[in-house]
Amino acid sequence: MNTGIPLEYFLITATLMFFVGVYGFMTRKNMITILMSVELMLNAVNINFLSFNRYLFPGQLEGHFFALFIIAVAAAEAAVAIAIIINIYRHFQSIDVEKADEMKY
Amino acid sequence: MDILSLLVVIPIITVLGIMFVKDPKHVRIVSAIGMGLQLLLAGYLVYAYLSARNAGDTSEMLFMADHVWYAALNIHYTVGVDGVSVAMIALTGVVVFAGIFASWQVDFLPKEFFISLILLASGVFGFFISLDLFTMFLFYEVAVIPMYLLIGIWGSGPKEYAAMKLTLMLMGGSALLLVGLLGIYTNSAPNGGPLTFNILEIAKVHIPIEAQRMFFPMTFVGFGILGALFPFHTWSPDGHASAPTAVSMLHAGVLMKLGGYGAFRVAIFLLPEAAHELSWIFIILTSISVVYGAFGAIVQKDLKYINAYSSVSHCGLVLFAVLMMNKTAMDGAILQMISHGLMTALFFALIGMIYGRTHTRMINEMGGLMKIMPFLGVAYVIAGLASLGLPGLSGFVAEMTIFFGAFQHVDTFHRVVTLVAVSSIVITAVYILRVVGALLFGPIKNEHFLHLDDAKWFERLSTVTLIIAIAAIGLAPFWLSTMIGDSLQPIIDKLSMVIPG
Amino acid sequence: MIDFSFTVLIPLIPIFVFLFVGLVGHKMKPMVSGIIGTLGLATSAILSYFTAYMYFFRVGKVNDVYQSFVGNGPIAKTVNITWLQLTDKLHIDMGVLLDPISVMMLIVITTISLMVHIYSLGYMKGEKGFARFYAFLSLFSFSMLGLVLATNIFQMYIFWELVGVSSFLLIGFYYEKPSAVAASKKAFIVTRFADLGFLIGILILSFNTGTFDFKSLTDIHGTAITSGAGASFLGLSVMTWSLIFVFMGGAGKSAMFPLHIWLPDAMEGPTPVSALIHAATMVVAGVYLVARLFPVYALSAPDGLTVVAYVGSFSSLFAAVIACTQLDIKRVLAYSTMSQIGYMMVGLGVSKYGGEAGLGYMASMFHLFTHAMFKALLFLGAGAIIHAVHSNVMNEMGGLRKYLPITHVTFLIACLTIAGIPFLSAFFSKDEILSAAYHHNRLIFVVQLFVAGLTAFYMFRLYFRVFWNKEPHYHHTPHEAPITMTIPLIFLAIASIFAGYIKFSHFVSSDSIPFESEIEWMNVAIPSIIVGLIGIGVAFVMYKKESNLPDKMASGLKLLYVGAFNKFYFDEIYLFVTKKIIFNYISRPVAWFDRHIVDGFMNAIAAVTNYVSLKIKGFQSGQVQQYAFVFVSGAILLSVVFIYLFSK
Repeated sequence: MNTGIPLEYFLITATLMFFVGVYGFMTRKNMITILMSVELMLNAVNINFLSFNRYLFPGQLEGHFFALFIIAVAAAEAAVAIAIIINIYRHFQSIDVEKADEMKY
Repeated sequence: MDILSLLVVIPIITVLGIMFVKDPKHVRIVSAIGMGLQLLLAGYLVYAYLSARNAGDTSEMLFMADHVWYAALNIHYTVGVDGVSVAMIALTGVVVFAGIFASWQVDFLPKEFFISLILLASGVFGFFISLDLFTMFLFYEVAVIPMYLLIGIWGSGPKEYAAMKLTLMLMGGSALLLVGLLGIYTNSAPNGGPLTFNILEIAKVHIPIEAQRMFFPMTFVGFGILGALFPFHTWSPDGHASAPTAVSMLHAGVLMKLGGYGAFRVAIFLLPEAAHELSWIFIILTSISVVYGAFGAIVQKDLKYINAYSSVSHCGLVLFAVLMMNKTAMDGAILQMISHGLMTALFFALIGMIYGRTHTRMINEMGGLMKIMPFLGVAYVIAGLASLGLPGLSGFVAEMTIFFGAFQHVDTFHRVVTLVAVSSIVITAVYILRVVGALLFGPIKNEHFLHLDDAKWFERLSTVTLIIAIAAIGLAPFWLSTMIGDSLQPIIDKLSMVIPG
Repeated sequence: MIDFSFTVLIPLIPIFVFLFVGLVGHKMKPMVSGIIGTLGLATSAILSYFTAYMYFFRVGKVNDVYQSFVGNGPIAKTVNITWLQLTDKLHIDMGVLLDPISVMMLIVITTISLMVHIYSLGYMKGEKGFARFYAFLSLFSFSMLGLVLATNIFQMYIFWELVGVSSFLLIGFYYEKPSAVAASKKAFIVTRFADLGFLIGILILSFNTGTFDFKSLTDIHGTAITSGAGASFLGLSVMTWSLIFVFMGGAGKSAMFPLHIWLPDAMEGPTPVSALIHAATMVVAGVYLVARLFPVYALSAPDGLTVVAYVGSFSSLFAAVIACTQLDIKRVLAYSTMSQIGYMMVGLGVSKYGGEAGLGYMASMFHLFTHAMFKALLFLGAGAIIHAVHSNVMNEMGGLRKYLPITHVTFLIACLTIAGIPFLSAFFSKDEILSAAYHHNRLIFVVQLFVAGLTAFYMFRLYFRVFWNKEPHYHHTPHEAPITMTIPLIFLAIASIFAGYIKFSHFVSSDSIPFESEIEWMNVAIPSIIVGLIGIGVAFVMYKKESNLPDKMASGLKLLYVGAFNKFYFDEIYLFVTKKIIFNYISRPVAWFDRHIVDGFMNAIAAVTNYVSLKIKGFQSGQVQQYAFVFVSGAILLSVVFIYLFSK
């Protein structure tokens, strides 16, 4: 069964993807890019789910279901997030995340 | 429905009634009717109490009623009264009634004003009737919270500051108090069995002395803050100065009494040994209060500040007497609470009425008011004389009972503090006469005051009610003093059982 | 058994009059209030005379000893009810005590008060607040009568405070005048301070004896006296201390040095009030108090009596010296009152208990009686003078004998009486005090003899300057007072002349057993007459005609004169103590401390909370990415910690 690419490769890729997402989330000012970073993180997690499922519990399908589930939620989330972003744009005339800082003390 | 719960129910019905009324004029009529009924009920309660006693009912509390409220923690709604509570209820009835008439002219949000005021009153009545620590605490909070709104919304001057300060300090007290009460609760069954909040049952058991030492200061200070115990009294001057008339009346007249009453009913009664051991600390603090408040009052210029400091002094005497822990002094403490309640309510009512006319409370801006408003002037002089302890008015009876009670202790410490407290009668005379002289006598300082009118009918009603109560106690103190004294007997018995000598 | 219950009406009638006139007086014609007040007091006076007759001549004496009647006794019944139960033993009663001195005081008070009521109908006519004046007079009469009838020391204290407040109200009667307000305040506070002593005295006394009742306190076989010595403190027994404290109260009310400063200022009140309260009745309450407790003083605290004697003696000298220099006629009379009360205190102070040795006690009461008559006369006469010339100051008077013939004659009689001229009343009473002093304390005797001379001098200085001397320019011709004012003058003049012929020792004595007293001509009476005549003579030379002699005298004794003229600066000392020390050095710091330290501490707690939350709130920046950074850092940190913890 264990032919070809070992699990670590997938995990390293996923980790890299995840932290690229984290980095993007924290540094980019544009909300769309931030949303993309979030997608990156979600997909990194998806990869983890799938690879763990494939390597550790090959007879089961929970990992796959979870990944599908996340994809579905991510789609919904993207829709909602973009709707929010559009609203923010209407309000602030910008989608710069630092401009939308009214929810503070 | 038992008669005592009616005391809480009537205000609540009145509040509901006010909610359904539209016209502000009707609001105050509904309030007046409700509180008038309440006063009648309080009067009837005194009568019923005395006749039950005369009929030979010797149980500790009368008109008891008990309902389980939250079985898991053994919380009950338990009510019952003895002579002390009856006296306090009568006092509250009178002050609230007078307070309604003193706020006859509130025109900003009158509906909400009267609702808060009466809600506060219901808390006070509930406090005095409850025999369950938890219910008592609940009513205590009900009485304290509306104060914030009443001062914050209808107050004057730096009202937000005053309201915030008052509420926070009292809440701080409540926090201490709650810990103290829970401490008593958890120790209420040292021999096993279910824990209880019931005062009478706790009084029967002996709480371990270590627990007493820990929870007595908490309970006493918790109640003491409301009773203006030095150095936790500073909410009082600012609070009174900013509060609207009726609120000052109720606050100084009744709410501060919750402190004294609680200190005596809970702290001393339930934790007698610790009280005996630690009383010296608080006796020192209260005797400081007595003299300090009086000296503080001498230099104030604002009428309300003078009265607030005077209240510190007089309420200090209440706690002082409670801590003396003998029958005479405690009798005096209760009398002093009643006397101070009536007299200070009268003071604040009059100050409100004078302020409503002159729009100043600074004594150096006034003068010669006696000529312009003789009724208010005479009433103010009577209030002043009651405050400085003129025989024939209530203050004298209370003070003398306290002094003679406190002097029954034979040791030097108690004697010396008693003499310190006694000396306050001179200082009180100084500040009272200073105010009376500057405010009422002398030439008229401000030409604009010349056309001011004297008291209106509702103001007269409010004033006369209080003056009659003050004079009645002052002229014939025997029945009241005996009624209170007899009810103190269980407490004295308990104290003498646990305290050596 | 005689029912004396009606005596309770003697004080109660005035209080009802007070309530009635006070509540509805302003709706009636002023004169109606005056007449109601006067009638009320007349009723009280008649009842008092009837009581006195019944007591002294019918039932008072049993086996030649005057009894004191309290409550239900075997011989007589009076009212006595429990007013307040303090402890198991101590209870405050309200009732009526009848014994020689209380009955004597009833006579004095109702007589003088009635005269003053009648007099005021004329004197106060047309004043604003006429009804108020009569209401206050009735209140005062009630309080004073209650005081003398008190069955126990606490009842006395209660009425003591009430007379204090009536005096306060009456001194401040002209409440629009700042000086009157200040004077009333001063009177109240000074006496209140003295009452603090009184109260402390009562506290100690009642604790040690377990009773307030005069009857048990003064019972010579009772515990109060037999166990009096007790523990000692600073060399004096507790009993002595308590009685000295009680005397402090008496000294305050009776204006003894150094608590006298309120009395001269109290002259701001209407003159009839000065006559009633500050000359005849209230100011002798202190004497009455000591007399009431006399057996306790004499038998268990003789040191207390010594204090009384020296305080009295010094006060009488001190006041007489000041009286010689004052220009305001009412103030001269006020200091004279203080001086005469000093005499009474001396009388009590040098007295012993029982029989002939108790001469001083009798003499003191006798002097109280005669003094009430002639001093009330002097004040009412002064009122008539002020009524005529509208001024209090001697410089604006002179030659008045032509204009005010009745006032002149009655005033002269009063002056002769107080100067101790033989066969007028004060001659008898004063000489008995002097002879009591002569037998028991020579130093005090000499001082009092000297004071007698001073008294004659300052009274005739007043008399000559007002009725003789140079006539100033009057704006309008002074006129004699109306008949309502002259009748009391004439009545009191007659009383001043003949009051001395009452055989006082037959009625009043320290142990209630009548005895005979004789005038000691050689040792006492003749020296005192000579001294009195010298005083009058000096005054005659100096003030009969206008001359520069007084100025010369004044500059000769400059230091003494300036000191006395400024009342030895006692007002300034008190002002310093009250204004500077109490107000500025105690109250202000207390108020400052309260606002800045105690309240500052509370505010500081609030400020610290505020500061901390201000700092913390910076975290809530609204920057999503900042939150994410913190979140991620926290998550990483936690992972590291957990890996470290659980990897072992």
